[in-house]
Amino acid sequence: MARSNRPPKLLRNLSAKIAAIPMIATAIVIFVGCTAWTVAHSFTGSRLLPKLNWVGTKQYDRLWDANRWLQSVENIVIYGVCSLIFSLVIGFLLAALLDQKIRFENTFRTIFLYPFALSFIVTGLVWQWVLNPEFGIEKIVQGWGFEGFAFAPLQNQDWVIYGVLIAGLWQGTGFVMCLMLAGLRGIDEDIWKAARVDGIPMWKTYIFIVIPMMKGVLITALVIIAAGIVKVYDLVVAQTGGGPGIASEVPAKYVYDYMFKNQNLGQGFAASTVMLLTVLIILIPWAYLEFGRRKRG
Amino acid sequence: MGELAPGTMTGPRGPKPRKRLSARNIMLYGTLIVAALYYLLPLYVMVVTSLKGMPEIRLGNVFAPPLEITFEPWVKAWSSACTGLTCEGLSSGFWNSVQILIPSVVVSIAIASVNGYALANWKFRGSEMFFTILLFGAFIPYQVMIYPIVIILRELGLFSSLGGLVLVHTIFGMPILTLLFRNYFASLPEELFKAARVDGAGFWGIFFKVMMPMSLPIFVVAIILQVTGIWNDFLFGVIYAGTQNYPMTVQLNNIVNSVQGVKEYNVNMAATILTGLVPLVVYFVSGKLFVRGIAAGAVKG
Repeated sequence: MARSNRPPKLLRNLSAKIAAIPMIATAIVIFVGCTAWTVAHSFTGSRLLPKLNWVGTKQYDRLWDANRWLQSVENIVIYGVCSLIFSLVIGFLLAALLDQKIRFENTFRTIFLYPFALSFIVTGLVWQWVLNPEFGIEKIVQGWGFEGFAFAPLQNQDWVIYGVLIAGLWQGTGFVMCLMLAGLRGIDEDIWKAARVDGIPMWKTYIFIVIPMMKGVLITALVIIAAGIVKVYDLVVAQTGGGPGIASEVPAKYVYDYMFKNQNLGQGFAASTVMLLTVLIILIPWAYLEFGRRKRG
Repeated sequence: MGELAPGTMTGPRGPKPRKRLSARNIMLYGTLIVAALYYLLPLYVMVVTSLKGMPEIRLGNVFAPPLEITFEPWVKAWSSACTGLTCEGLSSGFWNSVQILIPSVVVSIAIASVNGYALANWKFRGSEMFFTILLFGAFIPYQVMIYPIVIILRELGLFSSLGGLVLVHTIFGMPILTLLFRNYFASLPEELFKAARVDGAGFWGIFFKVMMPMSLPIFVVAIILQVTGIWNDFLFGVIYAGTQNYPMTVQLNNIVNSVQGVKEYNVNMAATILTGLVPLVVYFVSGKLFVRGIAAGAVKG
């Protein structure tokens, strides 16, 4: 068999290329193509149907003038910051407790993690019911004799986003705990022994030795939680529907409502482009660090 | 020095026996139990509420155990609860979800496993680049892509149909599943692959006869990941499925948040449990594999 008999370059390894067509198509058409399409159309005056009548940055001007959008952004910032802090702290604490060679570890882990198997719709509806002022927590505490006790976050414009946060944390902290536990288990037993020999108290060992060693896990958890926060949608739809008024609106819901209900596509495109930018701001430094480290290492 | 002569022992040997009820243990288990109660509370409330009659709910609070257990709310939630449009209960949503679930899981895993195999064993120029784009795609908010996909599906004649929704689930499941399979196949010993090649097996031959039989655990992990993910989906269902194909999550939301009629909390909670049942069963049956599945989702990048 002479060299000249080999197939041309493009046809070599043909089966693999054919098998990879779905992946290539998804990457190019959906992830690159559709994203570019939306970004481009965010500079048009599209309303009921997408049109290419350029209007510059008008959609963005309107977006940042809209009360509902500003409220959405404020909400997602509050929700995001609280959710990041609390899920990292609670997740770490639970993992540290489970890591003390306790009995029934599996039972506890199963209990902490099961909400993660449930959908945001189920999560939102359950907490809507538990936080119901007529029958839920408020009523019970009042029944104990505290007549003036008020706890109805979902009916209060200032507190509603924290009501959503309680539900979100219930659903997601178990997962963060699992990540952290994997990180803790990856730490060499000798480090603990050395710290004990040196007489360093346990909490100091955690804060100054163990946590810095878990940087990789922490960053992964951070990126996953952050990427999840930007997508928050179902939870709000189920738990509050964005109310009372517009008090618990979030960006993802703004996008959906403008695209599919208010027939104002341009606004939806502009809002989703802003969401994309936010994700890129989180993602690019992380990817830079991650891939940079790999190249060097 | 197995046996020591009496008298040479200066003190007790071996680790100090721990007291069962030390202050440390009380703190430790106390905190864990309180946390566990917080996580279990909503499940308890759901079950309890769904077993009560409406008069009892109006009198009591959400935590009170049922005085008279009734299964009527469950029957009603399944077969006759109203969504605002129809009064068929959740059963149609359940069967829609099953119809969406099975093809979506099969197709997405079939495609992603072959993709991962090609990426691990049959690299070609550009394959890594496409894979990187795919992984970055996993982080792009869906909201950026949903509208152009509506247009694509409409052009293909698949909008508002089961087929369209299956396609969407396949597309958005692809990054994580491909990563999962690629990493798994790459971890298998390369000699196996080389030996099969020497024996003259080709791309598909090696995949079906060598790789697949060795990959049962990773297929199970992928199935767990997809079953829970697709069953819990709301956004894609509400956009692409069309009214007649609404999955269970969408119908559940329509039933509970319907503005018409008197709110029947017991029926709502029964419906909520019914919707959460499939992923919960998957979770409790699969145990450690579930953790592995979601941990696989965690090692992106």
